[in-house]
Amino acid sequence: MDIAQLQAYGYFALTVFLVIGLYGYIYHLYSKRKNSDGVDYEEYSNMALHDDIDDTPVASISDDKKK
Amino acid sequence: MENRPLEYDYTVTKMFMFTTIALGIVGMLIGVILAFQLAYPGLNLMLGEGLAEYTNFSRLRPLHTDAVIFGFTLSGIFATWYYVGQRVLKVSMAESKLLMFLGKLHFWLYIITVVAVVISLFAGVTTSKEYAEFEWPIDIAIVVVWVLFGMSIFGLIGIRREKSLYISVWYYIATFLGIAMLYLFNNMEIPTIMASAPDGSHVGGNWWHSISMYAGTNDALVQWWYGHNAVAFGFTVPIVAMIYYFLPKESGQAIYSYKLSLLSFWGLMFLYLWAGGHHLLYSTVPDWMQTMGSIFSVILILPSWGSAINMLLTMKGEWQQVAASPLIKFMILASTFYMFSTLEGPIQAIKSVNAIAHFTDWIVGHVHDGVLGWVGFMIMAALFHMAPRVFKREIYSKSLMTSQFWIQTLGVVLYFTSMWIAGITQGMMWRAHDEFGNLAYSFIDTVTVLHPYYTIRGVGGLLYLVGFFMFAYNIYKTMSARPVEESELQSASPMGA
Repeated sequence: MDIAQLQAYGYFALTVFLVIGLYGYIYHLYSKRKNSDGVDYEEYSNMALHDDIDDTPVASISDDKKK
Repeated sequence: MENRPLEYDYTVTKMFMFTTIALGIVGMLIGVILAFQLAYPGLNLMLGEGLAEYTNFSRLRPLHTDAVIFGFTLSGIFATWYYVGQRVLKVSMAESKLLMFLGKLHFWLYIITVVAVVISLFAGVTTSKEYAEFEWPIDIAIVVVWVLFGMSIFGLIGIRREKSLYISVWYYIATFLGIAMLYLFNNMEIPTIMASAPDGSHVGGNWWHSISMYAGTNDALVQWWYGHNAVAFGFTVPIVAMIYYFLPKESGQAIYSYKLSLLSFWGLMFLYLWAGGHHLLYSTVPDWMQTMGSIFSVILILPSWGSAINMLLTMKGEWQQVAASPLIKFMILASTFYMFSTLEGPIQAIKSVNAIAHFTDWIVGHVHDGVLGWVGFMIMAALFHMAPRVFKREIYSKSLMTSQFWIQTLGVVLYFTSMWIAGITQGMMWRAHDEFGNLAYSFIDTVTVLHPYYTIRGVGGLLYLVGFFMFAYNIYKTMSARPVEESELQSASPMGA
């Protein structure tokens, strides 16, 4: 197999990998909230909207430690 | 010790807000002088023959670019980081003596570096690499400043109360990592006192002088990988970080689609680093690299517009706020200019368009609709939003802010329209030839034709500078304006008449 052929296979494999990566990530973004402990990413906007120091965090580090 | 409730500590934010304004004035003032020097070359001698060395275009030009990039913009990035970082991570700088010390050290070392840069560039000490003109001792100082910035970012993240990182924090992290990588690799250099000539003799020269480790085409490639990504990680990524925080906060609206913000983030990270080759179209760089630069530039429209449309849609159902608040106006126009320049850039990166656009004023126009309309407007909007919160006072004058908005918008429009016409005229005239291939015009013919457009550009820049002085005055007066309660600071900023 010469170098040009190798490049072509590499190029094709990379493209397939990137397409799977992209759609996989989009699927992950939408499916995460369906799990029992999943987070709805849209709630993360509240990190900016409710950002006073005594506001309740969207997901607290200390909650994590309690588990 | 008295038992006070915990508050965010904006000491370092205030320091960097000050340098944002001061260095903005310096950089933009020099820019206006340069614009008029191009229209009226006599101004190169504005302080007389004796001082011509310090007032000519070529000496001032790097001072303009470096003051607005590494002075105004970088200060704005630091000021907003020390504000946004605390708030979205829900942790105060006052909670860590170490982080407070590092923050202040970050500021003062930054100031020392700025002084060294200004003195050395005025003195004509330069490595001659565009946007990387600083000699090695200053490069080392810049690296230290940058490491301190990184320690502050990761230090605050380390003591955070909020488990997840808000989208803006991701963009600030990317700014830190991106610039760190770019700066180190582009500034690989050897001090000439350590070098010797091929015959073994000592080269010598000034102790501060260095030469790049790269040469020829390789040097150009590394330089424009750096140069273009300085735009990416200095003018795009951190400014997107700002708008993702300040627009939702000021309007009280949740981001239209947080998922789209994440997708755009990773898209931008993946694509931007490959686009630098478009600066070297029709050069000695391998053809496939030029093509790759063009293609990645065009695909870059997707993540760029992903963020920009996300911001515009955040205002869905709340468009009356754009009419009512000059602060929202600044951010919506910034977002619109972001869309505009991220469409214009890819168009210029297409090889056939670039054949006309390359080396012309159209490129200068493109840079400036990005930096004046997007970067400048967003940083000023961020400072307008932060000022009432850090000073606990209302913004001094809403009407002054509105006037500033329209004056500067007019300035930006005059700037880029004149540069479009000038650039395309220039590109066409340079290419024009007769049936035997003889060039139809000499260089001076283009200069004569472009004179009116250069004057219009100067006026546009001057209007923007006037607006910037209005901004500085408004912020200054805010420090002694009517005090406000915490309850007035939830979303829309309080403004005096």
